[in-house]
Amino acid sequence: MISDKAAGQKRLLYPEKKGGLRTVSPSGLAAFFGQVFAIVEVEIRKVLRDPIELFSRVAQPILWLAVFGQVFSRIKGIPTGNLSYMAFMAPGILAQSVLFSAIFYGISVIWERDLGIVQKLLVSPSYREALVSGKAVAAGIRGLAQMVLIYILIWAMRINLNHGVVSILGVMTAVFLGSAVFSTFSLVVACIVKTRERFMGIGQLLTMPMFFASNAIYPVALMPAWLRVIARFNPLTYLVDALRQLMVQGGQSVYGPGMDFGVLAAVFLVLLLLASRLYLGIVR
Amino acid sequence: MTGETTAQDVAVRASQLTKRFGSFTAVSRLDLTIRYGEIFGLLGPNGAGKSTTIKMLITLLAPTSGTAVIAGFDVADSSMDVRRRIGYVPQMLSADGGLTGRENLTLSARLYGMPRHERSENIRHALKFMGLEAHADKLVKAYSGGMIRRLEIAQALLHHPAVLVLDEPTIGLDPVARHAVWERLKVLRRDLGLTVLITTHDMEEADELCDELVILHHGKKIVAGKPADLKAAIGPDATLDDVFTSSCGVIIQESGDFRNVNQTRRTARRLG
Repeated sequence: MISDKAAGQKRLLYPEKKGGLRTVSPSGLAAFFGQVFAIVEVEIRKVLRDPIELFSRVAQPILWLAVFGQVFSRIKGIPTGNLSYMAFMAPGILAQSVLFSAIFYGISVIWERDLGIVQKLLVSPSYREALVSGKAVAAGIRGLAQMVLIYILIWAMRINLNHGVVSILGVMTAVFLGSAVFSTFSLVVACIVKTRERFMGIGQLLTMPMFFASNAIYPVALMPAWLRVIARFNPLTYLVDALRQLMVQGGQSVYGPGMDFGVLAAVFLVLLLLASRLYLGIVR
Repeated sequence: MTGETTAQDVAVRASQLTKRFGSFTAVSRLDLTIRYGEIFGLLGPNGAGKSTTIKMLITLLAPTSGTAVIAGFDVADSSMDVRRRIGYVPQMLSADGGLTGRENLTLSARLYGMPRHERSENIRHALKFMGLEAHADKLVKAYSGGMIRRLEIAQALLHHPAVLVLDEPTIGLDPVARHAVWERLKVLRRDLGLTVLITTHDMEEADELCDELVILHHGKKIVAGKPADLKAAIGPDATLDDVFTSSCGVIIQESGDFRNVNQTRRTARRLG
């Protein structure tokens, strides 16, 4: 039998136990998407308040295109089919920018862990998958904003881009998916290494090899056999391949856009499940 | 309150709660009973096992053995149900500085599944209760430490939790901010019958707030009871400081370390 005081206290705190009132925190698909969009909204708000970061991330692509690209175009040593070297390279540089931006999501999650923000998210009745997906979708939207800036840069370098709606939508989908893949990969790494110092070390160790072991700045066919194998398992290769066909006039995909998007989507799903399992580990 | 505590009176019950990390035992066979409507203190020196105990109760860490039941739900079997019924304020000032106070609360409300038509009203009440209405639409990075702490308590209360868990609620705050937080917690207990679990190093805070407390040392419960009873057991003018140092000092000496108890206290304070 409950004491009167305890019963009164509980009634104040458990309104849902009285007839007719709503239950606390619904579950299911509606709750999942509600949580995803809640995370996306706050991430986007923060970016809009501090957009300088978006512009600063264009600095590297400028260097690669305006300096490296221009110099290597003159060498004419890299066979790029019917494309100029600059046109061949441009999708690779867009993909590189997607990779390099998204890879720093891990650092921001470690920062949020140090502030206690992650703990509060994990103590809320949110699906882990929703928290991870929210971050991935927000990364995708940031990727699209960056794509606009890089498109302006590429257009300024007089590289012939595809202007059709289908092509542009295809590029947007590829950039969105690529950002989601690499930001989630970054989150997985952060959950494993747990500290900022280790992440910076690992981050550098992963991003540059991923870039060079892909078809971003040279065709896979030019690579030695061992590097070709690595490139086949590198998600960046499929992102660049899709962008090359969709972005530039005369560009051709080696693996086919279906394969490219399929691989990226499958890698994202695997990483999403992995990150959701590992997320709790970052606060231990 | 009646003398007899029934299962329905109990907000938190931990039974033989244990956490081992390899060969190291952080928490050893801890029994805790926290009744609805009381402010319960978990005290102890650094490394006593307070944080580990809290993490197990709020489902951030799985116990090695033993059980914990919060508002009728087991932390291991029904972690989602437990999370729906607790509010948590970490030790760090954890509101997002890149958002306004209102946006921080809105995020929390959405993650807890609060319907839109209830959200703005609940947020308005929470901001008003914690005295933050005038600052609601300013970025949190412009808030003082005391304001951030009050915002976090507002955030943790938004979904009407059964148990509010506060980890060192006033650490690093100036005396005015500290007293403001204490007053709010007392009002919550008095007017809403809120159940609160706090960890603290601050004996003045424990004395001010706690109806019951437990002192942990090396992962074990060494002292439990009401502050007044514990002080009376030491002597007529005893403070909770004396209770704390006498219980932890005895253990330190019994463990073979003949360091002076005061020196140990100073070291513990310096290390935070």
